[in-house]
Amino acid sequence: MTSLSQPETFDCRQIFAQTLIELARQDERIVIVCNDSVGSSNLNEFKKEFPDRLVNVGIAEQNMIGVAAGLANSGFIPFVSCAGPFLSGRALEQVKADVAYNMYPIILCAQSPGISYGELGPTHHSIEDFSWIRALTDITLLNPADPKQTKDAIHWAVQANKPVYMRINRFKIPKTTPETASFEVGKALLLKEGNDVTLMTTGILVPRALEAAVILEQEGISARVLNIHTINPIDKEAIIAAALETRGIITMEEAMTTGGLGAAVSEVVVENHPTKMRILGVSHFAPTGSASFLLDYFGLSVENIVKSASELAG
Amino acid sequence: MTIIQKCLQKDDPERIAKLSQIASEIRVDIVNTIAAAKMGHIGGDFSVTDILVSLFFGVMNYKSQDPQWADRDRFILSKGHCAAALYSVMAKAGYFKHEQLNEFMKPLSFLGGHPNRRKLAGIEANTGPLGHGLPIGVGCAVGASLAKKTYRTFVVLGDGELQEGSNWEAAMYGGHRKLGNLMAIIDRNRLQQGASTEETNSLDPLADKWRAFGWDTYELDGHNFAELLNVMEAPDTGKPKAIIANTIKGKGVSFIENRVEWHHKVPSAEQNIQAIKELTHS
Ligand SMILES: Cc1ncc(C[n+]2csc(CCOP(=O)(O)OP(=O)(O)O)c2C)c(N)n1
Repeated sequence: MTSLSQPETFDCRQIFAQTLIELARQDERIVIVCNDSVGSSNLNEFKKEFPDRLVNVGIAEQNMIGVAAGLANSGFIPFVSCAGPFLSGRALEQVKADVAYNMYPIILCAQSPGISYGELGPTHHSIEDFSWIRALTDITLLNPADPKQTKDAIHWAVQANKPVYMRINRFKIPKTTPETASFEVGKALLLKEGNDVTLMTTGILVPRALEAAVILEQEGISARVLNIHTINPIDKEAIIAAALETRGIITMEEAMTTGGLGAAVSEVVVENHPTKMRILGVSHFAPTGSASFLLDYFGLSVENIVKSASELAG
Repeated sequence: MTIIQKCLQKDDPERIAKLSQIASEIRVDIVNTIAAAKMGHIGGDFSVTDILVSLFFGVMNYKSQDPQWADRDRFILSKGHCAAALYSVMAKAGYFKHEQLNEFMKPLSFLGGHPNRRKLAGIEANTGPLGHGLPIGVGCAVGASLAKKTYRTFVVLGDGELQEGSNWEAAMYGGHRKLGNLMAIIDRNRLQQGASTEETNSLDPLADKWRAFGWDTYELDGHNFAELLNVMEAPDTGKPKAIIANTIKGKGVSFIENRVEWHHKVPSAEQNIQAIKELTHS
């Protein structure tokens, strides 16, 4: 049973695994490349149905990306499934040279990204991926917020015929995307209208932004909420509109603030219509703690979002 | 044909008995530590326990009350996911209080899920991403010779971890530099996270690989203290040493031994009781 105050929550890795099986049944070009991560990526079912199309190279991430590039060269569409930190960081140069520069249709799927590995510590937190991947040209950077967007993003990526990096979130979240919403890459999804402040967020923080907007409304502050599921290319139009139409912009990300979503938004803001901003996110190596403890620790609690927004609107 | 040096058992039975006793106490500490945290990597903790006990209570020079002592032997747990085993050993060796093991993975704790040298003096390297320990160990060994110091460097690696290419870059350079003060100990439990190593990305013939990179290579039973001590205490041959320590993942507890799913499964309350029973009665 679910109640109103405690909506049902989802782990996007489930929909990831299910969607890949469905797609693989229709398209023989789809293969998966992974690094001893069959279990953690939820790929046992896929392996059972398509044993030859799951290439597990072992604990060898640089090799994993190179092998994916070779498969793409042979006409396949490789999904690379690997824990976030080892995919973006460990193999970053391979991602740049072998994937992006070759313009291969490879979909890099960062499993359990952000700080979702909580207690396993900073080496296992994938908080730099927004900055790192955003610094590479020719890669689309997606961060779906819920199961629907994860599924839509995967479907889009398969036909995109170019390099894609996407987070597959593990932190359990409620659905926030309307069933009727279409997934337009590079276009922010407007979740709530508002004209005092704009909350721009992404991925697992979308539900927190919506909650904060409800509280702000009660305090007489009208908050616009945008789900920025595409970090690169960023939706300049929506950002410029927010800068023109509201008194300030708050960005929230489960990632380093240096070079991430907040940085991407502020680049557009300063070049077009300078506006006050608050950039909330991870600012240093985390202490020990669970993912939800760490979100609060880094100022990503609903309370702190409300507080930051009130300050900007005031 | 390659010749693998087999070592002889010729050690003092009392010393061996003492190490075995410590090892079973350490395994009990690991069970309790993981139970308190409800997280951990019990399989690899148990396979590496006897290796860690041999090093910390048999072989290495260090001062737990002065962890930065410049002449200490350097130890790096490259398979950093087995931090619970290392912390249990370090607590017993006097680096911190035994009861603090309860803080494993708790909020703001100094005992995170992977070793952290910013939080715990005595940890030489932050590990966790596999394939980092050996290159750092090579650096420590080169550093010792540059500084004209006699300390040794010991790096413990997982066998699955050896699939990372960085290890072989380090092996190549360690062999090239003839780092007789460096030892790599491979916890050869033949399992990795999702399956066996040989099924995933095979490593055999593993000893031949190390030999080809210029290392003196030994193969032994990683749960036999006499064999471990003999090689760990062998004199400098002017080459780095690689020990392939054949071990059993989950060693010591019947229902955990050799089962791949126990890579990071957490025992239930009843299983904890059963585990402690088996560890204290054998
Ligand atoms: C670079 C990197 N890739 C993947 C992982 C995830 N991971 C943690 S432990 C593990 C398996 C390790 O196997 P092995 O080295 O044999 O260790 P053991 O079996 O002794 O625990 C994997 C794949 C990681 N920690 N680092």
